[in-house]
Amino acid sequence: MPDFLLEIGLEEVPARMLASAQAELLKRTLALLTREQLVSADPIAHSYSTPRRLAVLIRAVLAQQPDITEETTGPAVKIAFKDGAPTAAAEAFARKSGAAVSDLKTVSTPKGDYLAATTLKRGRTTSEVIVAELPKEIAAIYWAKNMYWRAGKPERFVRPVLWLACLLGEEVVPVSFAGKTAGRATYGHRVLSTGDPFEIVSPQSYLAQLEGEYVLADVEVRRQKIRKALDHVTRAIPSARWREDHLLVDAVTHLTEWPDVLLGNFEPAYLELPEEVLVTVMRDHQKYFAVEDANGKLAPHFLTVTNIALDEINTPIIKQGNERVLRARFNDARFFWEFDQRTPLADRVKLLENVTFQKDLGSYAEKSRRVRSIVATLTTLANSRGATLDADIIGGAAMLAKTDLTTELVKEFTELQGIIGGLYARSQGISAKAADAIYDQYLPASAKDGIPRSAEGAILGLADRIDTIGGMFRLGMEPTGSKDPFALRRAANSIVRILAESSLPLWLSDVINASTQAQDTEAKILAFFTERIDFYLREGRDQAYDVVKAVMAAGHNDLRDLVARAEAVTSMRGSEDFLAVSAAFKRMKNILTQAHAKGDIPPAIVDHDLLLDPAEKLLAVTASAAASAIQELQAERNYGEALRVIAALRPSIDDFFDKVMVMVPEDDIRANRLALLNRTLEDLSRIADFSEIVTAG
Amino acid sequence: MPSVVEKKKSLTFQELIFTLQRFWAEHGCVLQQPYDLEVGAGTMSPDTFLRVLGPKPIRIAYAQPSRRPADGRYGENPNRLFRHTQLQVILKPPPERVQELYLESLVAIGIDLRQHDIKFEEDNWEWPVGGAWGVGWQVMLDGQEITQFTYFQQCGGMDLDPISGEITYGLERIAQFLQDLDSIYDIVWSRDPSTGAELTYGQVRLHEEQQFSAYSFDYADVPSLWKHLELYEAECQALISRAQEILFEENEDKLAVLRFPTLGAYELALKCSHTFNLLDARGAISVTERVGVMARIRNLIVGVAKIYAEQGKLTAAA
Repeated sequence: MPDFLLEIGLEEVPARMLASAQAELLKRTLALLTREQLVSADPIAHSYSTPRRLAVLIRAVLAQQPDITEETTGPAVKIAFKDGAPTAAAEAFARKSGAAVSDLKTVSTPKGDYLAATTLKRGRTTSEVIVAELPKEIAAIYWAKNMYWRAGKPERFVRPVLWLACLLGEEVVPVSFAGKTAGRATYGHRVLSTGDPFEIVSPQSYLAQLEGEYVLADVEVRRQKIRKALDHVTRAIPSARWREDHLLVDAVTHLTEWPDVLLGNFEPAYLELPEEVLVTVMRDHQKYFAVEDANGKLAPHFLTVTNIALDEINTPIIKQGNERVLRARFNDARFFWEFDQRTPLADRVKLLENVTFQKDLGSYAEKSRRVRSIVATLTTLANSRGATLDADIIGGAAMLAKTDLTTELVKEFTELQGIIGGLYARSQGISAKAADAIYDQYLPASAKDGIPRSAEGAILGLADRIDTIGGMFRLGMEPTGSKDPFALRRAANSIVRILAESSLPLWLSDVINASTQAQDTEAKILAFFTERIDFYLREGRDQAYDVVKAVMAAGHNDLRDLVARAEAVTSMRGSEDFLAVSAAFKRMKNILTQAHAKGDIPPAIVDHDLLLDPAEKLLAVTASAAASAIQELQAERNYGEALRVIAALRPSIDDFFDKVMVMVPEDDIRANRLALLNRTLEDLSRIADFSEIVTAG
Repeated sequence: MPSVVEKKKSLTFQELIFTLQRFWAEHGCVLQQPYDLEVGAGTMSPDTFLRVLGPKPIRIAYAQPSRRPADGRYGENPNRLFRHTQLQVILKPPPERVQELYLESLVAIGIDLRQHDIKFEEDNWEWPVGGAWGVGWQVMLDGQEITQFTYFQQCGGMDLDPISGEITYGLERIAQFLQDLDSIYDIVWSRDPSTGAELTYGQVRLHEEQQFSAYSFDYADVPSLWKHLELYEAECQALISRAQEILFEENEDKLAVLRFPTLGAYELALKCSHTFNLLDARGAISVTERVGVMARIRNLIVGVAKIYAEQGKLTAAA
């Protein structure tokens, strides 16, 4: 069976979009071939991409769809014939089936006899299917940003399509898209190849032929070549290594067709600038890798990944160019670093009056004052629960936290906000605790980041974000659907993580109350946070949705406690006794709900004199003993043991349901039994609402 | 370390301009002279901003001095200028393989593509005040951004059809690159063919940088600038209103349609934009005011673009 190849030639596709587009093209092509019965259930398939092309290669594709024999049922015989002659209905059915009336059969069904026809549906050739269907799949690929280029605007795509190549075996499949019809011609590297198209012999020869024209179309091959070259080139410097940066490796892999690596140098004098600034310039602005010495300290070198083969002639030229650019950038950074220091952060507080935070929420100066008042509240609370935080230091950090927004360095390198403030604070003799808190204030910025290193930084981070969330909610600017222009969800995610992962003795309600006193806003914010906590447990902690529901139902104010409960439940949920108890809790809950619907409201207290059956007496005793044991264990946060206590109740619960009928006619006994169930359920649901645990299937 | 570039062989600043202009003239471009008003970028010249509107094809190229008052550094920063020079090329519609054409232009100015590392990195252009955006690349040459390459998609808030390709060369950066210099001011602007005497960029332009930086940051009179802004805005707005009667309502007087001064209105809008930039450099616009003033200028520019498009339709029909 022939192999199938499609290549779409494009003007340079943005690096950030390539990986997902490559995967989507493969997925769509495979889905099409599978839908059209042109490949086996699990075909061997590959996909490739460079900035200038997307390609898929699928092994062993049928050249032709199988013919299909179908039996179709037509009108009822009594309608199809009148006085033995075929009616219009019979004629129409015959025409539709491509047969003469005399060729039609009769089939018997429970509803009577019907006309039927056997039709042969000829399979289309693969080429026909591809030509007819593949353009729709190409057109449907998702791009974060796309464009029109042809007059009349017939289609949008990420960048202009330059050519298509499409082969089934050695035959061209003339599929068309964006005004191009596929042939077998492709192009090599923009500079290293001749610039003229060349012909792909067959899908199998595609990769090798491209490689001959200086294109490594396989992304992984390119990535490995880059990593090896980075290693190799860095070896020129004794005991140095390049600083690992997966995102940057990814970016340069998607920016090159024929990568090579060049080592450049900068003057050691620039190492006096903070490492954060140097690395940001190199990584974010120049896509250079930083080089560090054996102690992890930055060394005065950089690595750039070129899209051309380096040799003795071009290496010094390209090196000189890159070094000059970096020198100019470092010079700028040094100028800003020195210029900014002439106005200390303390003097910049007043400049914040002129920097708008949000038009209805005022300037950053106002925001800083609000944040200072929130950190004061939170610090007092934390200290009242045993923390030993210096309120003056945190308050001072809050006032200076946003002043770096007025510095030239942050205007130039916005991604370094906070970090720059922390660095300036340190070099201006502000206490290390306050400087670190300022430095860490935006942590965690993403799921990969850690939380602030210190309690002071954590409180500052909480206060800054809850001020923003509270303010926006008061203005009615909460996120809706996919719209979250102020990234409030991310802010809330960070609050959740700090509360769950730091050692601060603070609860969610403390944080929310510190920012808003308005009841209705508070309720909305709480609901918003409930979603974020749910998200955190599922995505950040890998907890199953039923466990999340169960533990959330038992409260989600103390988030560290919540995480501990979720983890305990997850580690117990494999146990048979635990699942049985969970099922029993579900049963108790159902009985209580049904009773409630009939107006049977259980009394709050169980009357032990009314307990008649030994099984119910036993449950009352064991459950009550368990409840007090659990209370102690819960105080120690020993949830594993607490859950074992609950699981150990299984025999008495099973016994109860085996022997005791709850809904008896006698009102007092029924009420007392409902009270027993209610009590048991309440006492034992303080860790999680176990009835939420999915126990079957 | 001695430079690997042979300086004598690299183009002077003015040769660079000649060569690029000749290249694009040979590829069918009309060579226009720089627009004689203050603009922040070649894109704002009517030869780009207005000509990309409507269906009429055009190929045009021009060098455009571009003023950005806030970027001035009194001539003391080797890499930043109050006024830099762009070479702007508009190709409407863009020809097939326009990138290859662009690369040929680099060869024309003495860049041997095999000896350099060239990448087209995503960089999308947006000018909210002009209701304009496009997608494209920054062209990186050995780590230096030398060109902005954009496929215009919208202008004046209107979808474009056909679209235009815009190539903007940063001439100082390219000259610095060709001549391997750390400072813009050391660029050789011209070389006397008989004596070989060189004139540098600094000799030609430093005093402008010094004086215009001082004007923008220290001398410009803020109340006057606000007054200018209001006057330009009022006149531009008045023209936009007049356009409603003359262009958008049934008008038998074809000559009046043809002669309606949309271009005059556009110049007034450009004046507003430059005055705004001066006020900004002077630190006279608070962040809160900023959004509002920018919205006012956007109204003017987008308003003029709409008039231009309408006038184009009416005159093309006639």
